[in-house]
Amino acid sequence: MENHSIIQIQNLTKIFPMGKSDFTALNNVTLAFQQGEFAGLIGPSGSGKTTLLNIIGSLDTPTKGTVEILGHSIGNLSAKQAANLRKEKLGFIFQSYNLLAVHTVYENVEFPLLLLKLNATLRKKMILEALEWVGLTDKVDSKPPQLSGGECQRVAIARAMVKKPVMVLADEPTANLDAANSHHILQTMLKLNQELKTTFLFATHDEKVINYLKRRIYLIDGKIDKDILVDH
Amino acid sequence: MKIAIKLAYRNLLGAGLRTWLNVVVLSFTFVVIIWMKGIMVGWDYQAKTDTSNWQIGGGQYWHQQYDPFDPFTFSESHAQIPETFNENIANGDLEPSLIVAGNIYPQGRMQSIAIIGINPKQNVLLLPTQKLDTFINAIPAIIGLSTAKNLKLKKGDFTTIRWRDSKGMFDASEICIVDLFSCNVPAVEAGKIYIPLAVLQKMTGMENEATILTFRKNKMDQQKVDDWVLKTNEDLTKSIDEMIKTKTFGQSVFYGILLLLSMLAIYDTQVLSIFRRQKEIGTYIALGYTRTQVIGLFTVEGAMYSILAALVSAVYGIPFLMWQAKVGWTLPVDASEFGMAMAQTLYPVYSALLVISTVLFVVLITTVVSYWPSRKIGKMNPTEALRGKIQ
Ligand SMILES: Nc1ncnc2c1ncn2[C@@H]1O[C@H](COP(=O)(O)OP(=O)(O)O)[C@@H](O)[C@H]1O
Ligand SMILES: [Mg+2]
Repeated sequence: MENHSIIQIQNLTKIFPMGKSDFTALNNVTLAFQQGEFAGLIGPSGSGKTTLLNIIGSLDTPTKGTVEILGHSIGNLSAKQAANLRKEKLGFIFQSYNLLAVHTVYENVEFPLLLLKLNATLRKKMILEALEWVGLTDKVDSKPPQLSGGECQRVAIARAMVKKPVMVLADEPTANLDAANSHHILQTMLKLNQELKTTFLFATHDEKVINYLKRRIYLIDGKIDKDILVDH
Repeated sequence: MKIAIKLAYRNLLGAGLRTWLNVVVLSFTFVVIIWMKGIMVGWDYQAKTDTSNWQIGGGQYWHQQYDPFDPFTFSESHAQIPETFNENIANGDLEPSLIVAGNIYPQGRMQSIAIIGINPKQNVLLLPTQKLDTFINAIPAIIGLSTAKNLKLKKGDFTTIRWRDSKGMFDASEICIVDLFSCNVPAVEAGKIYIPLAVLQKMTGMENEATILTFRKNKMDQQKVDDWVLKTNEDLTKSIDEMIKTKTFGQSVFYGILLLLSMLAIYDTQVLSIFRRQKEIGTYIALGYTRTQVIGLFTVEGAMYSILAALVSAVYGIPFLMWQAKVGWTLPVDASEFGMAMAQTLYPVYSALLVISTVLFVVLITTVVSYWPSRKIGKMNPTEALRGKIQ
């Protein structure tokens, strides 16, 4: 079982220096994730969800402990290696979508493929496929300001999924969406999780999201409180 | 790099008005620099051409004592025309002239003047000497327009000139101003009066003598001649190049300021956009860029202003510059007060080298100015950039 883990976190502690005193955002966290999980970090605001997601996403480094992602030890990676890991294996979804406002939907989804230096024909095929997953093939030429919040987040999902990453990290993806749109994007992600075996890891305190999760990890003050597998 | 160019292009066009403001300001800088430099090249060319056409031809021999800036040398600076040039003179490719210090008495006032004897039939220089080929009961003379103005002389006026002959004796005679000429080369007309060479030689008893020998363009016959000093066209126009160089320096201060203003606009845009686009920077990094690559992207974005500006300036600059080359630029002040060969209307001359070097120079400066504030991205924490929390 241990061998199949794509993420192994051992005694992870993250301390932010705050002037004279330090702030412990993650306190001795030990966790593992398997390929294909649909899991979420749940907890109130300030409990350390984003911090943990960022470290798993190689955007930040542990203060203590070890974090291994797909065999790479975060913290020992160079900036270039970390960037390559994100580029090839990880997808990100953010609360505020973080789309490039002046680029079209097509161009936004194209970005990760440009970084992978794929040729134009292949890119086009992959982009249209990704837009089909999220039901936005009719919006290829629109720009984010012309889209609704739900549509923007679907573009963001397409951008995260287009390169078929091993894992998608989604930080409060429904926080700016109404119930209908939240369910829509969650169903989309669940479908992709089932069809492509992509691992999804959420950070959320939204009940709607929690209901979809198959594994619920509760965080309180940077510590794991409960870790529950759910049978649907 | 290719991706950065693609992204930068989309970002710039997406930014709209701000981009075009920067581009237009910068394109204006391009056109002004090329135009101003073109004017200087054109001036240099015109000054050298006019000086050659009016004063020095294809090159000269000077009597070794001759110093154009010291009229006291004139009494010593003349000698028999060397026989070796007889053939050049015979076929009209070489014109001797004799310079004698004298005085002129317009309305009874005395003024120093250089009396220059020149062959009325010459056509090596543009001086209208054929007007001297006339019979009147005084010595025919031509002078330049501004000298005429200074001396208060008009065409057809009679006045007296006085000179020393070869034995140092004073002599005087009546002259008649048969023509006035307009010339851009101050040295040709300032304090000078032209009369027929044979008359001057006779007046002074310097038969067959000369001070300067002037060759026709491209007919310079270079040889060593005793007592005479060879002055090539290049020697004689070197001072023009130097003069233009100093003027060009003064001019570069002007477009330096223009360049500074457009660079400030771009610097300001960069600082602002790095501040406002933190989330975007964080997103680039999350999607697999390194910070160094993001710096590269912002630098390319900035540098692209200059590329777009070059294209925009080509649209309106090429017609403008070509039109200027055709109609020229007329000085708003009197050109004759500049103290060097300068036409009232200057025609800019542009070379490929001028255009290419200007474009490369501006692109380089813009790149550096764009890179400089972008270095801040290297110190950004990507997680903080994603929150948009950096001030
Ligand atoms: N870069 C940082 N510097 C200082 N404190 C931070 C930093 N990032 C997060 N924190 C703090 O760590 C705690 C956990 O933050 P975060 O992981 O964003 O929580 P959550 O995502 O669960 O709301 C918060 O109290 C937050 O203020
Ligand atoms: Mg958070």
